[in-house]
Amino acid sequence: MSTTTDEAKSGQHAGHHPTPRDYVQVFFVLFVLTAMEVGASFIDVGPLFLPLLLVLMTIKFVLVAGWFMHLKYDIATYTQFMVGGLVLAMVLYGVVLLVFSDAVRV
Amino acid sequence: MSTAAHENTLGVDHRKLAMWVFLGSEFLFFGAFISTFLLYFRETNGGPGVELFDIAFTSISSFILLMSSLTMVLAHNAHAQRDMRRLRIWLLATAFLGMVFIGGQVFEFTTFYNEGLALTSSPMSSSFYVLTGLHGAHVTIGIVLLLSTYALTKTGKIRPDQDVKTEMIGLYWHFVDIIWVLIFTVVYLIPYDVVVFGL
Repeated sequence: MSTTTDEAKSGQHAGHHPTPRDYVQVFFVLFVLTAMEVGASFIDVGPLFLPLLLVLMTIKFVLVAGWFMHLKYDIATYTQFMVGGLVLAMVLYGVVLLVFSDAVRV
Repeated sequence: MSTAAHENTLGVDHRKLAMWVFLGSEFLFFGAFISTFLLYFRETNGGPGVELFDIAFTSISSFILLMSSLTMVLAHNAHAQRDMRRLRIWLLATAFLGMVFIGGQVFEFTTFYNEGLALTSSPMSSSFYVLTGLHGAHVTIGIVLLLSTYALTKTGKIRPDQDVKTEMIGLYWHFVDIIWVLIFTVVYLIPYDVVVFGL
């Protein structure tokens, strides 16, 4: 993929840029990971079920954010804002779930 | 106007920075509703609950939304290469896939409602409809943005050198996809297995 004049001016996208072929490959990986998630829901994988699903979900999350949203190729500031919001949400709602889970018998 | 004209003191495009701040805050927004569902998914007031979920159907919806992320990134790629014809084709493809996803959600909601899962039936149903409904509203806004972008490129109001505009709409669209990645696993797959298979 070519680097645009505007991008070159602001230095937004430095170095290698993915091609449409790369995007299609990422999509197929996402497709397979989703199929694995669904498969794990119907095949008895025992105590691995929860960690397996969470790992697959995290990989899918990173693939979409890194390649499709270009965080892998953009400057770190954008990643920091996204991770900042994500971490804040995980801490806040992690505490909420811990505090209130007994109250609603989950 | 060039991207350089939109730089701030951090040396980044302030439009993109604003979009990322907004998306970061959206994690807090959706986190509230996902947590609420996790707290209440067993609270069905004796009515139907997550066992109504059709995992096969929702999986197809997930594939469609993932595919729309691919068409969106291809739209941005086309714009970055100044190929406006290809940009418009991918924008329409993305909007179409988004509409298919929303159609699937309407079908799912209708089926659940007919099975007795109404908005106010139980804490589980309320938290489920509000969460997935708000996600659907985000997808709908995305479709409007995509079609507006299509019209603006057609009338020449978005020029070939303004690919940052397509990139920003792409960021929003991919974020909606990312939220669905979370919802599909945390709201559909895990609670379904917990309730149906007793995991």
